[in-house]
This record gives sequence, structure tokens and C-alpha cells, in this order.
Amino acid sequence: MLPVDATAKPPRGSAWSLLGSELKVLFGRRRTWALLLALAAIPVLIAVAVRLSSTVPAGRGPAFLDRISQNGLFVAFTAMLVSVPLFLPLTVGVVAGDTIAGEASHGTLRYLLVAPAGRIRLLLVKYAGALAFCVVAPLAVALAGGAIGAALFPVGPVTLLSGDVIQPPEAALRILLIAAYLAVSLAGLSAIGLFLSTLTVVPVGAMAATVVVSVVSQILGQLPQLEWLHPWLFSHYWLGFGDILRQPVLWDSFASNAVLQAGYVAVFGALAYGRFATKDILS
Amino acid sequence: MSAGVGGSRAGASGLAIETSGLTKHFGRQAAVDGVDLAVPAGTVFGFLGPNGSGKTTTIRMLLGLAAASAGTVKLLGASMPGELHKVLPRVGALVEGPGFYPFLSGAANLHRMDAAGPHTVPATRKLRVGQALERVGLAHSAGKKVHAYSLGMKQRLGIAGALLSARDLLVLDEPTNGLDPQGTREVRNLIRALSHDGTTVFVSSHLLAEVEQMCTHAAVMSSGRLVAQGPLADLRREGTVRIRLETPDAALGRQELVRLGLVPAADTLEPGGDGVQVLAALPASAGPAVPALLPEDIVAHLVAAGVRVRGFGVERESLEDRFVALTGEGFDVAG
Repeated sequence: MLPVDATAKPPRGSAWSLLGSELKVLFGRRRTWALLLALAAIPVLIAVAVRLSSTVPAGRGPAFLDRISQNGLFVAFTAMLVSVPLFLPLTVGVVAGDTIAGEASHGTLRYLLVAPAGRIRLLLVKYAGALAFCVVAPLAVALAGGAIGAALFPVGPVTLLSGDVIQPPEAALRILLIAAYLAVSLAGLSAIGLFLSTLTVVPVGAMAATVVVSVVSQILGQLPQLEWLHPWLFSHYWLGFGDILRQPVLWDSFASNAVLQAGYVAVFGALAYGRFATKDILS
Repeated sequence: MSAGVGGSRAGASGLAIETSGLTKHFGRQAAVDGVDLAVPAGTVFGFLGPNGSGKTTTIRMLLGLAAASAGTVKLLGASMPGELHKVLPRVGALVEGPGFYPFLSGAANLHRMDAAGPHTVPATRKLRVGQALERVGLAHSAGKKVHAYSLGMKQRLGIAGALLSARDLLVLDEPTNGLDPQGTREVRNLIRALSHDGTTVFVSSHLLAEVEQMCTHAAVMSSGRLVAQGPLADLRREGTVRIRLETPDAALGRQELVRLGLVPAADTLEPGGDGVQVLAALPASAGPAVPALLPEDIVAHLVAAGVRVRGFGVERESLEDRFVALTGEGFDVAG
């Protein structure tokens, strides 16, 4: 019936097929593009609002806002700062919460496992897909911000927090570094979303729970009474990318953030594995 | 179809599926209770039972989707779920209806399904997907998004998914669900063709007629227990045989039948006219040493005793009667 004579040559399958398929499905989906477009709309809105208003009083609104009209690159900085508390966690929550529960709700989970994708392999591929989104989401904000800023405002040298002045190409590099910082920041939340996604067959539930967790973490991070807890919250370093805007770049917060996120990935990855490896797939 | 990925098609026992004491508890309730399935390799095996009798739960355990509370499963001679990665590439499955991404086309869905297998060859993927779609008659809708598919088309796509590679065993859970009569017949022919190629086909169904038409063997589930299994012919034979006697001398007829060791039904039927009908079950054979009571001997005895025989017939219980007797009648879904 089929031209594949499995006995004649050893099966030459590819372990990467599933990852390729996962990325193709994730980034081929209209929903993913809608999320990225919504993120890209943030800098556009900021830039247009600043362009239309005559002056922005210094010291009001988000940081850097008053500098946009002099230098378009600040649109990207401002937009990334603005999207950290809610918009980025929201979109990451949607993608990470959907990982396993989404497959379960489509009824595709059982077919992937019967293929057999292997439970650990599937979990790893799903997490890799979520991580890919964590990389792309801040990039969408950064690139849209850079583009709209350059289109509407003059672009010139940027004065850093340390007082040094850098030229636009280096400023663009700093913008990409911040995007990378944010991608790392979201890795822990993605692992939490992956774990929550193994608990349910209702993807919306896992998505909402993931977003709620990110909000709760940030609220706890604001309560001075819980200062002992703050270094352990995955959102602790989310806004700590100011160090990238110094000359030379201070990597301390980047490193601390990476270690903290790695811890969350390890813990919630293990929990997700513990749950998923033995779960009865009844959906 | 080529032989499977190395190894034999079945275990040393010649069984494609073998379970022993397979049990699944959900809370306190046993959804599947001590099932000992034995599916010979090369058969088309019907897995019958009313809704809620534990068929799908059993299939989930066969495929390693759910863990058994007790008991063991052997698939193609390999124990599950321990050797899942070795055996599942040789098994095609349709479990509890098709499951697809509605936002992808039919072909793209099959591509993804195939990519999920660790040993499938990417170079031939496109060809194999095309052939599978062709086999279920979906070649023309391959590029359509699945959300635009009808229920029957999704079902066909699900079957195509099970046929993406050469398989030694197909596990099809209610494969004709949602199909029109034409589609049902096509699936039946497809299963026959696959079986002819040497694939063992395990088909679950709650429709007896379907199983009768395409299966060589069958097992019957009721309330989580396996109540019968074997070749279809044997299952038919196991049903009781009864005789139908038409006579105006009902009382005398009954008396003589009892003397012969038959068990007449309590009520006599009025077929109209001046005769009455007596139904009586033939007793199960007492063993090979005792010669079976032949219908012609019964008639001879009745006539000799003065019973006016107007009509006489032997009725074998239909498989449907047997099915109902085994699983209970009515629409109550087994808890």
C-alpha cells in the first residue's frame, strides 16, 4: 500500500520534526499574529499620541515619555516599559496556558501521544514553542517601536542613565538587549503556564490562571511587608532592565534574573512533568 | 502492505492484543473490570457493547493513554505502556472520534500528526499524507480548513490519520460514527482491504449489524466486564436454539415436548387460524457422548404421540437476541 518499506532501510525519523511542526502551527495561527499585532500596537499608540499632543510635560507619564519628541528611539524604550506589567504577561499567558490544555480541548493530544510523540518530548516541544513566543513578543514591541519612532520623530544620539551618550546604532542594540532581557524574564511565567496547562482541558482556564499568577506576583512585589519574599518572586527583576541603559552595561540584574527564571523553569518544569507523565488522557 | 517495523506481527501467542485482568477504577467505580481480551492476529475483531460499557476506556488503556488500575496489556507482543515507543509506531488509531486543529487544513493536520511520530520519514510525508487522503476519499478537500469539514469528513480524516504509515494493527473506535450509508460502506470495504493485506483490525462499535457485516471475531462488553468473545460463528452457535411447533393440540404438544427434555415457553402464541404455536428451547447438549436431539426425531415423536403437527421449524437465536441477552435491553446507559 505504501512506498515506505520500513524493513529495507532503518527508519530515519527526525526528532526535530515535531518542534518544526509546533512552531509552524504556533506562528501560522491567526491568534498568535493577533497577539503580536496587539503588542506592536502599543508603541504605535504611544508614538501617535505624543505626535498629536503639543508638549509632554517632563516627569509625567511613563519614564522616557517626555523624550520621545526629541528622539524617536525612545518610543521603543517607553513601549517595552509599558508592556511589562500586563501586556506581555497577558500574551505569554495565552500561549503558555494553551500548550497542553489547547491540545486536549482540540482532541489532538491523544493523537499526538498515540503517534507516539512521547510525553516528555511533547512537553519539551510545547515549552520550546512557548519560549519562542517569549522571544518574539518583546521583539514585536521593540521593532514596532523603533520603526514608528523613526517614522514620526527625529532619531539621534541617546543619553543613557549613566549620562553617557551613545549613537543610534548602539541604541538599537540596547533595545534588542532589553528585548532579550524581557524574553528571559518571561521564561518562568511560561513554565508556570505550562504546568497550569497540564492540570485542565479548558485552555481559557489555564490562560487566565497564568495571567492571574503574574498579576498576583507583581502585587506581592509591591507590598513592603513582604520584603523577604520579593527576591523569590518571578516578577522581581521584570523592570530591572535599566542596568542595560548604563555605560558600561551592568549585567548583574540580567544574571540574577536569569538565575531566578531558571529556578522557576526547573521547579514548574518538574511539576509539569510530574503531572503530565502519568496523567490519564481522557479528553 | 509491507511487514511492520521489524519483529513479528504478534506475540508468540499469535495475539495482536492480549489483556489480562485489565481493570480501571475511576474513584470507587470500576469502569473496566477484569477484562481478558484475546485478539488473534490477522482478524477483524469487533468490540461490542452499549454506550458506557467501558469500550473506550479499554482502548485508552490499550494505547497507553490511561494507566490501568490493575492487569496487563500486550500489544503486538510488546507490553504496554512499557514498550510504548517500540510498538505504537506500528499501530494506527482512531480514539473516541477524530481530533483536529480546526484552523489547519486536512492535509496540514495529517502532516502534524505524522511529524509527531519519532520515526516517521519526513521525505515521504507529503506522499503518504496524499495517499491516506486518497484512500478515504478526501483528496479534493485536502486543502480545506477542518472547521469547514462535516462530521463525516472529520471522521474520514481521522481514519486517514490511522493510515499514515504501514500498520500492523489498527484500533478504530466507532469508525462509522457520523458517516452516511455510502461512507459506512466505504469504511467497511476499507477495513476488509486492510485486513486482506494482513493488518489486524480492532473495531469498537455499539452497532451489532456493523460488527456482523465486517468482523470475523467479536467480544462483548457490558458494564465494564467482558461477557463473551470468540469467532463470530461461535458466538452465534452459543445462542440457544429453539423449535416452533404449530398445532391445534397445544396441551398435548407441550406435554410431549417436556417428555423429550425440551423446555416449552410458558405462553403459547396464537398465530391466527385455529392452531396455536408452542415455542420450546432445546436443552444444551449434555456432551459429545449424548447424541443431539434432531428436529426430525422430535416431529416423528410428536406425530406418533398423536399431536397434529401443522408447522414445525428450528430457530436459532439471532446474534442480536444474544447481544441483548448479554448486555441487557433498553436505553439505560450503564453507569
